[in-house]
This record gives sequence, structure tokens and C-alpha cells, in this order.
Amino acid sequence: MKIVVCAKQVPDTTEVKLDPKTNTLIRDGVPSIINPDDKAGIEAALQLKEKVGGTVTVVSMGPPQADAALREALAMGCDEAILVTDRAFGGADTWATSSTIAAALKKLDYDVIITGRQAIDGDTAQVGPQIAEHLGIPQVSYAEEIVEAEEGKLVVKRQFEDRYHIIEVKTPCLITALAELATPRYMTVHGIFDAYREKEVKVWTLEELKDTVDMANIGLKGSPTNVKQSFTKQAKGKGLYYKDLSPEDAVETIVAKLEERHII
Amino acid sequence: MDFTLSKEHLLFRQMVREFVENEIKPVMQEMDETEEFPREIWEKLGPAGLLGIQYPKKYGGQGGDYLAYVIAIEEISKYCASITSGIAAHSSLATWPIYQFGTEEQKMRFLPELLSGRAWGAMGLTEPGAGSDAAMQQTKAYLDGDHYVVNGRKCFITNAGEAKYYTTVVMTDKTKGNKGMSILVIPADAPGFTIGKHEKKMGIRASATADLIFDNCIVPKENLIGREGDGFKMIMQTLDVGRLGVGAIGLGIAEGAIEETLKYVSQRKQFGKTIGSFQNTQFELADMKTRADSAQLIIYRAACTKDAGLPFGMYACMGKYYGATVGSDITRRCVQLFGGYGYMREYHVERMMRDAKIVEIYEGTSEVQKMVIAGHMKVGK
Amino acid sequence: MSKDVYVLAEQRDGELQKVGLELIGKATELAADLGQQVVAILLGSGIKDKAEILIQHGADKVVVVDDPMLAEYVTEPYAKALNEIIKKNDPEIVLFGATSIGRDLAPRVSARVHTGLTADCTKLDIGTIDSMPDTKLLLMTRPAFGGNIMATIVCKDHRPQMATVRPGVMKALAKDEARKGEVVDFKVDFTDADMNVKIREVVKGDSKAVDITEAKVLISGGRGIGSPDFFGKLQELADVLGGVVSASRAAVDAGWIEKDRQVGQTGKTVRPDLYMACGISGAIQHVAGMESAEYIVAININDTAPIFDVADLGIVGDVKAIVPKLTEAIAKRKAEKAAQ
Repeated sequence: MKIVVCAKQVPDTTEVKLDPKTNTLIRDGVPSIINPDDKAGIEAALQLKEKVGGTVTVVSMGPPQADAALREALAMGCDEAILVTDRAFGGADTWATSSTIAAALKKLDYDVIITGRQAIDGDTAQVGPQIAEHLGIPQVSYAEEIVEAEEGKLVVKRQFEDRYHIIEVKTPCLITALAELATPRYMTVHGIFDAYREKEVKVWTLEELKDTVDMANIGLKGSPTNVKQSFTKQAKGKGLYYKDLSPEDAVETIVAKLEERHII
Repeated sequence: MDFTLSKEHLLFRQMVREFVENEIKPVMQEMDETEEFPREIWEKLGPAGLLGIQYPKKYGGQGGDYLAYVIAIEEISKYCASITSGIAAHSSLATWPIYQFGTEEQKMRFLPELLSGRAWGAMGLTEPGAGSDAAMQQTKAYLDGDHYVVNGRKCFITNAGEAKYYTTVVMTDKTKGNKGMSILVIPADAPGFTIGKHEKKMGIRASATADLIFDNCIVPKENLIGREGDGFKMIMQTLDVGRLGVGAIGLGIAEGAIEETLKYVSQRKQFGKTIGSFQNTQFELADMKTRADSAQLIIYRAACTKDAGLPFGMYACMGKYYGATVGSDITRRCVQLFGGYGYMREYHVERMMRDAKIVEIYEGTSEVQKMVIAGHMKVGK
Repeated sequence: MSKDVYVLAEQRDGELQKVGLELIGKATELAADLGQQVVAILLGSGIKDKAEILIQHGADKVVVVDDPMLAEYVTEPYAKALNEIIKKNDPEIVLFGATSIGRDLAPRVSARVHTGLTADCTKLDIGTIDSMPDTKLLLMTRPAFGGNIMATIVCKDHRPQMATVRPGVMKALAKDEARKGEVVDFKVDFTDADMNVKIREVVKGDSKAVDITEAKVLISGGRGIGSPDFFGKLQELADVLGGVVSASRAAVDAGWIEKDRQVGQTGKTVRPDLYMACGISGAIQHVAGMESAEYIVAININDTAPIFDVADLGIVGDVKAIVPKLTEAIAKRKAEKAAQ
């Protein structure tokens, strides 16, 4: 089974803080990580390979620094890594991103494509389904578990808010992974050293994709949506604040307020 | 000179940090309380590759280097020195003599198990009457046909009772003193081999420490490492290698304590402001950080020198000595900055201060390190 | 010429979902600004009778595709139906709920019709941008970067302008039974090939699953409650207030409580009447999910915890000491009131 995983390098947004004085983002020193849902996807791909055999190729679109994320994927056990990078791809919204990644995927042999459900820096959950549409293959998003796998067919547990579906899907297909799909393994130590000393990250620029990409659909110009403005949220004002109440007084204060607001 | 870590070492450190975050941090305090050897963590160290970092893949190792090894010890020691004490005993002391001096057959017999963590190792050197004076070994072994017969007792042995293989120093010819020492790999199930009672310790309480008792213990002669009589030479080299990791234990504890203290001083308020805003706190932490970084540079240099195949013995001693010194010094000062809370078990610095003390003692006391450094310097010669 | 504001009125087992009604409520404002109409799209099997409800909540027109193929949600048949509706009617705007259906379907459709899509919006307005002062555009505002910033997105040239909107953010209009509107049957020629996956099994409503977005009172626990056991105490407090227990990501990550209880950027957005944060420090990702609660009470031992910056009532203190006493006091107060 030829498995391709799409992974994105993202800033660890849980480490981002707001400067309380200027109300701007402090981005310095924020580590870059593999997007958590994508990492679950990598793990699912490795498990799938271990179960049915085959290869795992990891593809990432991003700036040259995304090399580090791909090395990490190699160190986890992926066989091949491809970095799709070009200034012409920059400034892309989800449409242009999915068009670019789909153009790269068209150059690969695949049975199953796995993407994370969504990335923590954008939280859109759009790129996976859009890739599937560009490639004309079925998608199963919100995958919580791969129940069965054999050549030509997967059975996936698909999560909804109020139910789940057990879905049978023929390959080629695209799965979007929830973090619950698989708990990522640690990189192996030898995998880490091999990732830098033995393996390579292939770099695909616009040149490599020229047969499969439509110039009208990439980068900032190929993006139907644009950011008009971005701003940090105005924090809600601080309300009442009591520092030195005994537990009894605290309870009394809370009860009084809840009564005032007719919650009790 | 390049003082930056390579990309692979940075990625390796990230992996170790993830391991620590998920596997060690949640249980480290409890391990200290219960004084139980954390088998479930040990069982994960092997598959993660953390028990064979610096050994070739051919023998089941990871093909990494000593710099990676000391980084791993340093990172894990920030949170748990019990585990790293065990790793150091396993990866350096028990395993390295087999790798360095064993025959190809012995390497293939022991290393894949040890390096993958399917078997754990320990070293038997210290005896009740032979501590810093390692030459005073009383444990004797004589050859009887196809096996050695071992009699004697080893004490304070890390991983005792948990290990499957005990790389043990024995006297095969008492009359020759240092030149009568040999090394045997004694399996846990060797007839006549028992483990003494578990020692109650001040710190590193979750590491297993006990006596090894040999009473007409039968060991196959194929388990002799190197030649009879070469034991002392081999053990001295082994200790050099071992010191690389042990220095990193002291360093890691110191760094862990600084990390905890930084968090605390920015929260704790006295006299209406955080204690971190007082100059004494700032000067203390600046001084500690400088010392810890100095120790790190010495230890990394020692590891890189070893990796380059150059003589590293003196550097390793310096790293062990100074790593141990900063470990004890910094944890004590961190407890002081915490005040009363620092003396309570709820905060980690209390445990760190207890754990740090042993680093000045085991694998050659600080005084022994200074003796060896002075020897390298040819002081008085 | 594109026109009208379309809303996918999501239904499950024939039950209209709240988010669809919320979106229709918002769409009436947008349509008024544009001088256009609100059109609800109702896809399903045997659901046509629900169209009236959509009109009563503000839709001017309802386009219904009633077909057995649409009985249970499957991406491709739904995408095909929507694509044909969009191709035929050329809407100005199409809105979806940011649910596990909307977030699966909308991107697939946007890729098919080649238009932009903005995910997880929390605010929608009609306005203009400097470069196109004469064109009324949909201004789609959404949190990004883990809730740290807000971004307003526009889709200038492609139509329809599409967005998914977080459930619970917009307000549904009160039902007006006198309201009249048009119901249009829309025929889609489905083939067997459209069912490109096979649903082997549908497992509904895990009874454990709790919908914290529906609760009026949420008692929420974080790492500061010290141990998973303390959630029992929070549950007792929730019980006397008729509420539900929720949690911060830290508590969920620690394995203390199920993920479906998580409030925040990677969990759920809630807007209860009362949100009580117990031992939650208030990381920005958490605040993003609860700040629009009507009344926020925070109890935390750390007097500088950021949660106090958004709390209407902040108490510095030990949750373990306060919560059990609070439960007792409220139970007593309620008993007194009942006796009156």
C-alpha cells in the first residue's frame, strides 16, 4: 500500500503569548512543531504500513525551514520526504494551498492520502477535503480509527458530534486524521541520526510541478480569499476581584452574586 | 570551535524532552516517595533507543555518539536522577567493557539484549573494603574446568536485582594486586549468586541499590572479558567513559533546579513584589546559570573529544567533578531561594538537593576526580 | 448576477440543528444589508415538512432536496446536491455551520465550484474594502493562530462567498408562526456512483457524550483542582445548579476527563449563563472558548492567573476548600427558597 501523509510545520500556538502592554503577539522563541493532527496522521500511516506493508511518503508545503519537520517524520520511520517550497507558493489560502499540494500528489503514486484534520495555526480543516476534490477521490474526514485495512480498501470510524459512522472506502482515498486516530510514537534515536546522515528530503519547487500545477491557482494570486485585516482581541474588562477572603466569605460572595443574577 | 549543537543533536534533544514530558514528569515525585524501581519506564527506554545511543547499529545500538548520550542524561536528570543513575550504570559501566574488550562472539551474545533494553546491566566494582581504593578487591574467582568459581560481596550496586547481567570485577590472582584483577559477566541466574537487601538511601531513591553476594558462584569461563589480569586497566578506562554520563547527571539536576526556581521566583511574592525582582535572587540565579553552563561546556567538550577519538580522560574527570559540584551547590542554593517551601517535598527542589549529593560520591568521589586530574597534570612530578 | 444569502440548514435524523437556525438569524441581517433574500437549503430524506420551521425562523425561501440518497450524511451526495444548487441559483453567499458535517462538506464544495471559503467564523458583516469601495462584501471574522489573533477575511472575485460559522455564536430569531415563505423542490439526478463510500454502520448518541455547548451552567475544572477525583466535587456543584461539568485542555490532556468536555480553541466554544472556572489559569486558548459566557466566576489560588482578567467575579483561593462549601451553601439557599 502506498501511503502519503501531508504534514505541516506550525508554530506551537500554545506557547504564543500576548504582550500585555502592546497587545501584540510575542512570537520570539515559539518553537515550530509538526501540527498535532498531522503527527497523528503520520503515526496512522506508519501503523498502516506495519499492518499491510508498503511505503510511507511524507509531503509538506512550506518555507525551507519546514525541512526540520520532515526530518522528524523520517526519524519516526517515514520512508521518503518531499518538501514543496517556492516563493511562488507563498501567501496561499486554503484553495491555493490545496491546489499546490494536489499538484505535487499527482506526481506520486498513492493508494491512501492521510492529512491531519486541521492545523493549530489556522484551524480551518479545509485543505484535506479540498485536496480530495482536486484529485477527484473520496474523502473520509474526522477519522477516529482505522478499523480494517487491506489492499484496495479501508474501513474507517468517522466521528460526528452525536454519532459515528463505520465507513468502507475503496482506495485511492483521502483520510483526515483526528488526534485520537493514533498516538504518535517517539522518533527512534537511530532514526534521528539517519534522518540527517543517511536520508534526504527531496525539494520540489515550481519547476518540478510545472506539468501538474495551474499557475492561476497558486500563491497569493491564486487565492480567492484575502485577509482584510488582523487584530488582537480586546480583552474583556476585569470584573470584581477578591484576594483575601476566607473560604466562607468567598462562598457567601459567590452565592450573593448568583442570586443577584437569578442563577439561583 | 563551534558551540552550537548540530541539527540532529537538537532533534535528538527534542525527542528526549518529549519522552521525559510524557513518561517521567508525571511520576517522578511518586517514584521518590515509594522508592520503587520504575520498571515500566525502563521498559520504554529500550524501545525508544535510549539504552544504546552511543553504540553501533551492528550490535543493536543506535549509531549515535557520546554527545547525544550526555545530552540524554542531562535532559532526563533535570527531572529524575534515579533513572539516569540506572542508565549510566547500564549503558556505560556494564555494557562498555563488553563492547570495548569483548570478543565478537561475546558482543553478539550480550550486546543486542543490553542495547535494546531486553536485558538490563549492572556493574560490580565497589566492595565494603574497596571504595576509592579500588585495588583492595576481595572478591575472588578461580578457574575450575570450564567455569569460574566466584566468592565475595559487592556493595552499593546500582540496578542490583533488576539487571540480567553483572559486569563484575574479581581477583583471579590475589598475589599480583592490580595485575591480578579480571572482569566476568555474571548472569543473574548464575548458581550461587544472590542479591542483598535493598538499600534505603538519602536520594535517587527510585534507583535499585543492593549488595551482590557470591557464594561459590558458578560462571562459565566464556564470560571472561579480555584477559585474566587485565581487569584493572579495563576498569579504569571504563570509569573514564562512565564519568561522561555521571557529570551530566549533576549538570541536569542543577539545570532542573534552576528551571523550577525561575518559575517560583516569578510567582512568589514577599514585601509586595515577586521575589524575582530582588537583586539577591537575580544575582544568585545569574551566578548559578553561569556555573551550570560552565559545567555543560566542560562535559560537552569531554564527550566531543571522546567522539573524535582523542584522549578525553582528564576532561571526563573534570566534567564529573564539576557537574557533581554544580549539582550540589545549585540545588542547595535553590532550596534557599524557595525558603520554607523549598524544604517541603511538595516542591521538587527538595528532592533534587537530596539526589544531587550522590553525584559527588558515586563513580569516583570528587576527591578521586581531583586526584586523577592532578595525575594528568603531573602535579609534583 | 449572484444574489441571496444561502444557509445550509443542517438536519440529523430529520431534526433541524440549532446552528442552522442561528445562521438563518444572522443571514436575515446580512440579506437586509444587501437588499436580498434569505434562502435555506434543506437536504435529507423525508424532511420536507421541516421547511416551514426554517421560514418561521427567518428564511424567505427554502430549497429542498428530498432524496433517500441523503438520508444519512455522506460527503459526495451532499456535495453534488449543493454544487447543483449553487450552479443553478448563483448565490451571493453560502453559510454552513462549523460542525463535523459543515467542515467536511463546505471545503469539498468550495473546491468544486472554485471559490473561497473561510472557516469557523465568529462574526459576519457586510462592508466594503478600500480597493473595491462600491462592492458590498461579506466580511468574515475568525480567530486564528490558536485564538491569539482575529482576522477579517474577504472573498473579492469569486462567488459565492462561503463561510462556516461556529455553533453557538450567532443568535436564532424567535419563531414567528405567521411568517410565510416559498418552498422549492430541487431535483438532483443521483447515480449509484455518487455513493462512493459505504456506510457499514451508524452508531448514534453515545450516552456518555455530553453537549457542553447546550448547558446553561458550566462548572469547569483545570489542572489546579489537583486530581481527577475532584471532578466528582465539581459534579456535585454542577448538580445543585442544574449544570454540566467541563474542563480546560490541561485537565483533558492529563487524562482526567473526556475530550468532549473540553472548552477552548481546540475544544468547544461555549456561552452559558454561568461559567465557573475552578483551578483554571486561563490560557488564551481557553479564554477563546468561554469569554462570551454571560457571567464568569473564577476561583484560583494564583492571584495573577490570567483568568481573573476575564472573570466578572474573581476569587483568589483554594478551590478544594471553596467548592464543597459552595455546593452546600447553594443547596441550603435553594431549600430555603423552596420553603418560602
